[in-house]
Amino acid sequence: MDFNFLSLDRWLHIVAGVTWIGLLYYFNFVQAPALAAATADKGGPGGAGITKYVAPRALLWFRMSAAVTWLTGALYLAKNGHLHGAFTLGLMAESGQLYLATIGVGAWLGTIMLFNVWVLIWPNQKKVLGLTPATDEQKAKARRTAFLASRTNTLLSIPMLMCMGSAFHGLPF
Amino acid sequence: MNPLESITGTISAGFVLAIVLVFVIKAIAGA
Repeated sequence: MDFNFLSLDRWLHIVAGVTWIGLLYYFNFVQAPALAAATADKGGPGGAGITKYVAPRALLWFRMSAAVTWLTGALYLAKNGHLHGAFTLGLMAESGQLYLATIGVGAWLGTIMLFNVWVLIWPNQKKVLGLTPATDEQKAKARRTAFLASRTNTLLSIPMLMCMGSAFHGLPF
Repeated sequence: MNPLESITGTISAGFVLAIVLVFVIKAIAGA
């Protein structure tokens, strides 16, 4: 019985990826609309419990699973000897161009999404949640930037997942 | 209007981008 490192790495990549994108969809489809509804509900309990107890935990799993997803994905490509070929979209490859172009576009989309998580969403969410000091004006600006980066990632996740699934299994048309 | 302002706009734009990228990938790969 041979130990298949690549299979284990790909498995971890998928588990971490589901955690990451699952939480991304939770933020976009559940938490943000829930906080808006809580703010609009003047007689209700408000969203303080969500921002204090839920959001920090969700953001911890979110950014860590994003990092693990990217690292296990990059390791998978590197171990297969495809890291350079994927990120150059197979343009310099002698063979396997369709695989490299497909996984390469997916890898670039995932890399942009990782950048958005760690550079745009997390630092701005720290201001919004009061984990780093910020004025009300800075918080409003941070909330807008984090919102747009999160929505951008939701948009990009759709073609990214298409590429990830299609690299081995074929494009939809 | 910015499609990112609504959830349906975001998802629709995602599917449109995915379809565009199929053509881009095929063109790059010469397939």
